[in-house]
Amino acid sequence: MAVPLVAHMGRRRTPFDPFSGPTFHPFSAMIEVENLTKQFGSKTAVNHLSFSVQKGEVLGFLGPNGAGKSTTMRMVTGFIPPTSGAIRICGVSVIDHPKEAKKHIGYLPESAPLYNDMTVTGFLKFGAAIRGLSGSAKKEAVERAIETCFLQNVARQSIDTLSKGYRHRTCLAQALLHDPEVLILDEPTDGLDPNQKHEVRQLIRRLGKTKAILFSTHILEEVEAACSRAVIVDRGQIVVDGTPQELIAKSGTGSLTDLFRQVTTRDTASAA
Amino acid sequence: MKDVWTIYKRELASYFSQPIAYAIIVIFLLLAMVFTFTLGNFIEAGDASLTYSFFLYLPFILMVLVPAVGMRLISEELRSGTLELVGTYPISLWAVIVGKFKAAATVWLLAIALTFPIWITVNWLGEPDNLAILSGYIGATLLACTFLAITLLVSAFTRDQVICLIVSSAICIGLVFATFDPFVRQYSKTLAPDVKDAITSLGVWDHYLSLARGAFRLQDFVWFASIILASLFGTSAILSAKRA
Repeated sequence: MAVPLVAHMGRRRTPFDPFSGPTFHPFSAMIEVENLTKQFGSKTAVNHLSFSVQKGEVLGFLGPNGAGKSTTMRMVTGFIPPTSGAIRICGVSVIDHPKEAKKHIGYLPESAPLYNDMTVTGFLKFGAAIRGLSGSAKKEAVERAIETCFLQNVARQSIDTLSKGYRHRTCLAQALLHDPEVLILDEPTDGLDPNQKHEVRQLIRRLGKTKAILFSTHILEEVEAACSRAVIVDRGQIVVDGTPQELIAKSGTGSLTDLFRQVTTRDTASAA
Repeated sequence: MKDVWTIYKRELASYFSQPIAYAIIVIFLLLAMVFTFTLGNFIEAGDASLTYSFFLYLPFILMVLVPAVGMRLISEELRSGTLELVGTYPISLWAVIVGKFKAAATVWLLAIALTFPIWITVNWLGEPDNLAILSGYIGATLLACTFLAITLLVSAFTRDQVICLIVSSAICIGLVFATFDPFVRQYSKTLAPDVKDAITSLGVWDHYLSLARGAFRLQDFVWFASIILASLFGTSAILSAKRA
């Protein structure tokens, strides 16, 4: 303990290392991911990925299919364990303290899975109970989530009778129940009609003011519509990182699609 | 503990919001009574006991009907992807497994309890040993829980409920028939008595029938508890391995 802190840091860690020191730093990022790697057998799905998301930031996660976006999100939410690397949510390690870290996260999985035999309200009540809410707090949380996601019309309906858009929003409502500091949304606008897409983007933008949001998408225009920062992932690595304006500037042509096509591997080329 | 309760309530509600639990309970009651009054000779035997008229036939019914209740336990979560939701909730996997198991066990507890008219009948007609009957009911419940735990373990392997039903029924049928007395008498002719005893004590009958006769033996509870606990731990291990 006699080792001076500064010297210690200089020798062992880089000055920009957000993980230096065991104590939680109040200004550190809400989502911190460092050197995250996931291997499935011999296949590397995520390769030494590092990024962080601050409070009030909406990070768009772009990339071709199979780039490792969903795998990264599943690791960040604690659903699958990483092969190596560190993940911290609000300063709590997901790997060492999964139960504690998961309390801060709301997660919308890609397929928007739901219990089909329940009603929308019943399912949200279950979600709230699992999050440790009870009594009037539970009731208020369910009502707020229904209101936020415009589910009033289907609140009493059985989930297996819902259209895809309503299913998605029910699953999104589930992620908002406990008013989490961190939201992880895997393709939140997938399968929605243009009106619904617009609503969800507005919602993400609004929620992003007070939370840290990580969301993945294939739709490049969403980057400008909802993100404050975006990264493009390809074969498990971040290839571009910047604000939407920086990304557009970087493309040279003013089109995000061109940039996306420049930096990512296409299925046709990856065989080589 | 509260997490187990939340999962349990949801599961139980889902059983009774769908026809499956009702259908299986009705089929179970019908079959149990059919066996009792035909093969079991309940009336003709004139014996104020349920051991050989009623309890003897339950394993044959439970070995196929219990997997039908349990087949959806994990398979359904795997198929619909809800395990990904549950896996990101701040609860342990163990709470999910135990909660789901208890809910399915409750369905069976109810089904077995609903055979109570036969208990009333036997008390009406004669003077049975009610403690032995209680012991038989405990045995039947433990047997249902054992088959259920096996089904739970199988359901963690597959997202296909039909495969789960077939495989877990096959295992339960194997456990029942491999040590069914007429079969044992056939194949044990060439075996040493010790080997025969060892095989018999692995199967259902030795443990179940001793309870059905009203005998509380430690080895029977160890047999039931070890299969149930091993299956629950196995389920947890498989689900953890699947995620990695």
